[in-house]
Amino acid sequence: MTNYKYIGKSAARVDGIAKISGAARFVDDLDFGPNLLFAAIVESSVAHAIIEKIDASEAEKMVGVVKVVTGKDFPYRFGLYMHDRYILAQDRVRFVGEQVAAVIARDPKTAKKAAKLVDVKYKELSPILNIEEALKEKSVLIHPELKDYTHVPWFFPKANTNVAHLRKVRKGDTNKAFQEADFVFEDTYTVPRYAHCAIEVHGAIGLFDHSGRLTVWTASQSPHTQRHLFAEALAPLGLSHKDVRVITPYVGGGFGGKAGVSMEILGAALATAVKGNPVKILWSRAQEFYNTYQRQGLTAKIKLSCKKDGTITAIQNNLFWDAGAYVEYGANVVNAAGLSATGPYRIPNIEINSYCIYTNLPPGGPYRGFGYSEFLFGLESQINEAAKKIKMDPVEFRKKNAIRSGDKLSYGASMNQSGLAEAIEKAAEAIEWGKDEKSNDPQKAIGKGFSLFWKAPAMPPNASSTAFLKFNEDASLNILVSGMEIGQGYQTVMAQIAAEVLTVPPEKIRIENPDTDRNPYEWQTVASHVTWGCGNAVKRAAEDAREQIFDLIERALDKDRDSLFLKDEMVMSKKEPGFKLPLKNFVIAGIGKDDGTFRGGPIVGRGMFMPEFASALSDPETSQGGKPNVHYTVGASAIKIEIDKETGKIKIPKVVLAVDVGKALNPDLIKGQVTGGLLQGIATVLYEDMRFDEKGKLLNPNFADYKIPTAMDIPDEIVSILVEVPQPDGPFGARGVGEHTMIPAAPIIANAVEDALGIRIKSMPITAEKIVLELKKQGLFEQTKEEYIDNK
Amino acid sequence: MKKKITFLLNSETRSIEVESGDILLDVLRDKLGIKTPKIGCDMGDCGSCTVMLDGKTVKSCLVLALEVEGQEVTTLEGLMKDGMTPLQQTFHDFNSFQCGFCTPGMVLSATELINKNPKPNRKEIQEALSGNLCRCTGYIPIIEAVEDLIGKGKGEGKEKG
Repeated sequence: MTNYKYIGKSAARVDGIAKISGAARFVDDLDFGPNLLFAAIVESSVAHAIIEKIDASEAEKMVGVVKVVTGKDFPYRFGLYMHDRYILAQDRVRFVGEQVAAVIARDPKTAKKAAKLVDVKYKELSPILNIEEALKEKSVLIHPELKDYTHVPWFFPKANTNVAHLRKVRKGDTNKAFQEADFVFEDTYTVPRYAHCAIEVHGAIGLFDHSGRLTVWTASQSPHTQRHLFAEALAPLGLSHKDVRVITPYVGGGFGGKAGVSMEILGAALATAVKGNPVKILWSRAQEFYNTYQRQGLTAKIKLSCKKDGTITAIQNNLFWDAGAYVEYGANVVNAAGLSATGPYRIPNIEINSYCIYTNLPPGGPYRGFGYSEFLFGLESQINEAAKKIKMDPVEFRKKNAIRSGDKLSYGASMNQSGLAEAIEKAAEAIEWGKDEKSNDPQKAIGKGFSLFWKAPAMPPNASSTAFLKFNEDASLNILVSGMEIGQGYQTVMAQIAAEVLTVPPEKIRIENPDTDRNPYEWQTVASHVTWGCGNAVKRAAEDAREQIFDLIERALDKDRDSLFLKDEMVMSKKEPGFKLPLKNFVIAGIGKDDGTFRGGPIVGRGMFMPEFASALSDPETSQGGKPNVHYTVGASAIKIEIDKETGKIKIPKVVLAVDVGKALNPDLIKGQVTGGLLQGIATVLYEDMRFDEKGKLLNPNFADYKIPTAMDIPDEIVSILVEVPQPDGPFGARGVGEHTMIPAAPIIANAVEDALGIRIKSMPITAEKIVLELKKQGLFEQTKEEYIDNK
Repeated sequence: MKKKITFLLNSETRSIEVESGDILLDVLRDKLGIKTPKIGCDMGDCGSCTVMLDGKTVKSCLVLALEVEGQEVTTLEGLMKDGMTPLQQTFHDFNSFQCGFCTPGMVLSATELINKNPKPNRKEIQEALSGNLCRCTGYIPIIEAVEDLIGKGKGEGKEKG
């Protein structure tokens, strides 16, 4: 095993002091002077309607109002994977809260007051609020012009329907397998919509100056993608990419919600309407809930067959996604989930249909887990049911069917090497699987649940990362990275990677968040890919700098190049033990010669990474061919719960997550991902839930009614286990892990509830109320009540 | 209607004019340039705007600026007259933050707890921090940092380079 000095160590975070001292600036903390204008949005009050008339005359008369703009001012479609979204609604609105017009004023209060005076007349259409309605033969079309939309080549929209994309996967012969199987299990599982709830809301400040330069400051995971989408959408105004600059300071939590472009397009577009003045738009907490992205709802109809010995023979998984009013990003969640909806299992016969369905609910989109959390709830619940029916231990059943390195994936490519088997063993051991535990309190039932999980980065095959690395006079470094620090510890890990290559300690490395003018290109900080993708780019930039250093030493000092190496911020030579040249002596100044001239000059490293082996092209009917996913990160998770049989309330004494990270570059940061991700996941199972009224209006867009966990709601113990089977093309063998920690939360709890009480809850969230109602339905509740009275 | 208020802000007497409806959070951020109290919900639910009023934490989005007349307002800036406090240092050592957005409010709530109750148990720590939402950390590294500071921790997190 290689001995690393900085890799694999829990180095202190390089952004630590900035954040703990409050020095870290977020987008709303930036000052823009007295000329700053503020925008407020006129929102649709209905879920589906034709806009007949917008009358802004009253608002325009108000003192302090600078301008009112509507969709007519920006008749452009935009989107990440499919151009189906508008800057401001055009002739129709598609969800409650959609932006119809914007009032720009001298102060936020005036903007808000004036927005209320804008009168919009609607001709209401029947709203489509669920997938059943959307899929009806004669359903109203939410996007009648779907067939004309530009989209990536791996989407298959169904013209004249509400199906924006259908991902089909076919392998083997499922019909035959179901006929020949010893057991066939069929069931339906549902998952509602969820909100990211980063504590920082979305915000954007745009400035279109008189030289034609557009600068937008945003809270974003995707500054370069935002620049691209702004430039693309606003190209009719004569803007090119070089004119658009996106600056992103620290981000107060992302979780996918600040990926791509949602409300930020307003900051860019509105700036062009008030040339020379910065204009700010900051979402309220309510807008944060209903007009960014939501996690999509899912109805999963799963059919699974197996032999008596527990071998899974076939799966049919029909995934119906409530994708909302616009799917420019969400359709790729549907796509990614479809490709991987077998879970980490070797299944010879596969039939998957993943439907991206338009509804008149807020736009769906990326959320930590990217569709995997949603399908895994049903799949791993079903796996448990199957094991139980054939009287096999659920962990043994999983071991028997778990995917192995080299197995063929559903779309024909090979599974990467992984430590899944080790993760299963370790998770089972940590939760003391098989040990029957009973509570001393007869009112309490103890249950254990188990689940495997996996996820691959979902991104275009040519998603790239880059880095520039600059030495300073004292041999400290500034690295211009492409990815975003969104809390995960990205900057620290990038510093550790460069430190390892160049022997400069992380505390001598400074990394700032991207400014698209200065920092090189990045796809987005999404998909848990930046440790891997940006890590490779930073490593290459550091290696590039190192090679330049060696070239220079060879050229200027006539040293044997192959003997040179770096140690403790010095260049040394294996041939000449006495040769020690500190980096700081020459990385800016160069190396002086006897005649007073110099050789070399400032050392600037450059690194880029693109996974050149990936391809999204495949047979649309079967998904066979191509290599849409670069690799999977896999693992196993287990939980012990204690349920109060009278109240249905669940307590969590212990939860375990074992994940194969390839190489833990900074173990403490990964532990942070496990702890935070598990709690975020657990909340989606136990209480978070979006509720809409019968007209499509979100009823709980605030933290009082949409409860997220507080410090009171934590499990007693969280165990994180890091397995390390290297990813050959990862930096020092690392692969990503940010999203994965949230993914298994639903099935471990559902399976533990079943283990404790014998009831199978098939719809999330698994609230205390739902548990009690199910116990009542099964006639189990009264019985326990009597027991309770008897015991008293 | 404008009114002049005089109060102590981080140990310095400040005198400014405010409108009767002005919210303390907005006045701190927009008129006085104090940016550590953050806007997270504007409804008193998230705690990212936490400040101390005469040593007691309040949600500054729920306080009218007029109300602080004659009182002492302390923000994170005010805690650091002599650099980072031992509590902040422990937060740093334990990675008790990720995105950092809730951190100023969380540090103030934890500081208030320790000022009032130097040896809180875990439940008391959880209760004291329950008004400050954090979506990143899962709270455990925050609770463990407080426990370490008061000598009840497992001694983890101190080995950082």
